[in-house]
Parts: sequence; structure tokens; C-alpha cells
Amino acid sequence: MTAPTQRIAPAPIRKTLRVRASQEKAFRVFTANMGRWWLKSHSLLQAPQRDVLIEPRAGGRWYEIGEDGSEQDWGRVLAWDPPRRIVLAWQLNADWAYDPDFETIVEVTFTAEGEETIVAFEHRDLERYGERAEELRGGYESGMDGGWAALLEGFRGVAEKA
Amino acid sequence: MANPFAALAEPIRAEIIERLAARPMAVGELAALLPVTRPAVSQHLKVLKEARLVRDRAEGTRRVYSIDPAGLGPIREWLDRHWDAALAAFAAEAEKEGQ
Repeated sequence: MTAPTQRIAPAPIRKTLRVRASQEKAFRVFTANMGRWWLKSHSLLQAPQRDVLIEPRAGGRWYEIGEDGSEQDWGRVLAWDPPRRIVLAWQLNADWAYDPDFETIVEVTFTAEGEETIVAFEHRDLERYGERAEELRGGYESGMDGGWAALLEGFRGVAEKA
Repeated sequence: MANPFAALAEPIRAEIIERLAARPMAVGELAALLPVTRPAVSQHLKVLKEARLVRDRAEGTRRVYSIDPAGLGPIREWLDRHWDAALAAFAAEAEKEGQ
């Protein structure tokens, strides 16, 4: 042991919500209609976002498409199990760029409860942001400098609008 | 105040985070680098700690503060906030009639 290694190992993001819709409808709106509810400002495209698409099969693409027809990959489908569950790879790295060698996991399950649906959301493996930043920037110390500075800038922008 | 966005909206707190990202420091060291009093630095650190952006440990008679790597880092916070808003919009869409 020389220098102690420190890792960014955040807890998964977990959300549970109850939706007044059937399991089938909740799953369909989440997957087939993502473009209707996705925040338009959360886009990597130059052009305004027209839609967000998930190809309905394991291995399918998860991507956005702009008003000008341009496409931007975000990740891919890891598990397609309608109307119960979908698992997506979110492949946007700490610089908000699509990186095919990077993935974090988004898993959403839909459970019928009477006429409503319990939607359980999880975005996990977030520690990979730390690992990837380390790989890309050649070490934890420099990674912290560059990464935190850039993130704080983005953060301030959001905080000021809030 | 446990909201990391609110915690960072104050410029001096954002600067504290930047300083601690460079290396862990005690309150006195931070106060020497910043244009605020030591009690003010302590107060800002308390807010940052509640937001889980920094953590502290005892080192002899002083407390040394560092970025909380296991806690709610900025990227996690951004994603957390993003999904809150996105899922609320999803729920509203799913609850619309006639689809």
C-alpha cells in the first residue's frame, strides 16, 4: 500500500412512484412515449429535440432525434420485459458525451396494484463515473480537479435557475 | 438546508468545495484562504456537511474536512434532480386520459 485510493461510490438513485394508470399503459408511456415527457432541455443535440426513442427489444438503441433529423445515442436496452420491467444502459459519461465503453444502469419495474401501478426506478453503478474519470484523466487527483470544476459550473447554472 | 443545489448556490460554499477538492483542510486553513471569518467558514461547512457534499474526521484536536466521495457528489445530485423532474412528467403523461 502506498497512497490510499479513494473512489467516488455514490448510492444508487432510487425513486418509487404510484401512477394512476394500468401497468400496460405506464410501461408504454415510459418506453414508447418517452419523447412526450422527457425534459426538452436535457438534450445533447444542437437542434431542438423532436423525440426520444427506445427500440423495443434487448440490444435496441436508446437515442434522441432532433427537429433536423440528427440522432444522438444515449445508450441501449439491456432487458425488455413488457409490461413489467425495462433495463437500460445510460452511456453518457461525466462530460455528458456518449461513450460506448461506459455504462450505468437504469432499471424500471412496473407493478400493478389495483387500477394503479407502482413504478420503481433505480439508476445505479454511479461509481463508474469516478472510475471512468480516473481512467480518462490519468489519476484521481487530476480527475478531481477537472471533474469537480466542470461539474460545479453546471451545478451553479442549475442552482441559479431553481 | 440539505439541498446540495441550495448549498452550492452560495459562492463561498462553492469555493470551499473547490478548495477541498484540491486537498482536505481544517477550518483554520480554509479561513486563511477565504475572505470570511472562521466562524462563518464553520457555518458554511455545516451546511455542506448536511448536504453530504463534505465530511469531516478528527485529527488530533482539529477537524479535517474533505469532499465526501461516498456521499452525494454533484453528478449524482444532478441525476437525482433530473430523474425527479423526468419521473414527475412521466407520471403526469401516464395519467392523461385516452391513450
